[in-house]
Amino acid sequence: MIYLQLFFSFLKIGAFSFGGGYAAMPLIQEQVVSLHSWLSMEAFTDLVTIAEMTPGPIAVNSATFVGSQIAGPLGAVTATLGCILPSCIIVTFLAYIYTKYRNLSLLQGTLASLRPAIVAMIAKAGVAILISSFFIDGTISLVYQNVCVRMILFFAGALVLLRKMKMNPILVMVLCGVANVAYVVITGGI
Amino acid sequence: MEKKPENKGYVLRKLFFASLYLSTFTFGGGYVIVTLLKEKFVDQYHWIDEEEMLDLVAIAQSSPGAVAVNGAIVVGYKLGGIPGTVLSVLGAILPPMVILSLISMFYNAFRSNFYIAALLKGMTAGVGAVIISVVYDMGKKIVKAKDWVNVVIMAASFCASYFLNVNIIYIILAVALFGMVRTLIRGDREK
Repeated sequence: MIYLQLFFSFLKIGAFSFGGGYAAMPLIQEQVVSLHSWLSMEAFTDLVTIAEMTPGPIAVNSATFVGSQIAGPLGAVTATLGCILPSCIIVTFLAYIYTKYRNLSLLQGTLASLRPAIVAMIAKAGVAILISSFFIDGTISLVYQNVCVRMILFFAGALVLLRKMKMNPILVMVLCGVANVAYVVITGGI
Repeated sequence: MEKKPENKGYVLRKLFFASLYLSTFTFGGGYVIVTLLKEKFVDQYHWIDEEEMLDLVAIAQSSPGAVAVNGAIVVGYKLGGIPGTVLSVLGAILPPMVILSLISMFYNAFRSNFYIAALLKGMTAGVGAVIISVVYDMGKKIVKAKDWVNVVIMAASFCASYFLNVNIIYIILAVALFGMVRTLIRGDREK
């Protein structure tokens, strides 16, 4: 039953992504690409790109996108509900506890320990995206035909723009895209 | 400072539209939205006092899930109970749902277009750079804080996930449990 699968996968994503922002990304990759093969690594990377360029949290964006790709509008709604349900329960519960005890130190202490683990998970997902970008068949093999040197150059250029010039991330991404379009137009092939 | 808003229907309407508006026009993730929620409900409407808002934001940021959705929940719950929560969450998720549904509808047709494919392919290098840059900033903060237990947690969870392929959920659960015990022990020592 695809709707149930979507619902529970995104329920897990919603329940275990601590720290906001990119924290959900590795979980989405695990559920959607590795465990269920709903998206290819390539489509997942597109999804991260799209999510980055549109408003709204990456988890909600992904739930809608994956849900509608796999099972249409109803799939989108089921996946999105799954993804926000843990929040609704846990946050309301914590807000209630808070109004009673006015103390959040255990929660915040736990989160402080979780943060380094979250950074590590995001790093792993970032590396996976880079591997699928740099290597034509999507696996690390240093055969010349398999390495996309152009992408490595774009990546290096993007890092310079982000770190040294403090350029807006969305603009940096668009520039990389445009540079690649220019390349294929000039050389006539991908 | 805190003025009790008079009319319940008015508050619910405001909640829904504030949340809808913020969610449509805010790029840059949950942390930005939370700041804007504070501006709206604390500074502009004076419906929540500053200190309580700080704690509500802390709850939104430390709970699992998207920070933008969590922010909508705490503000909605505080101002309108369960109906408030439902309406403000609806306001927060409708814009991304509509936008991504549209994108999803056209994605397959667009993706097979030669130029769009080249554009998206090029952008993967940019997205990779954005993520690596974020990881670098977050990682640097952890190393610089010189809490070596945290550095070990970071290295160990990367190895467990990357080399041993341990399910992320197990890693999160294990580290959360460890963090809880650590916080409790520390708290006892302080007493």
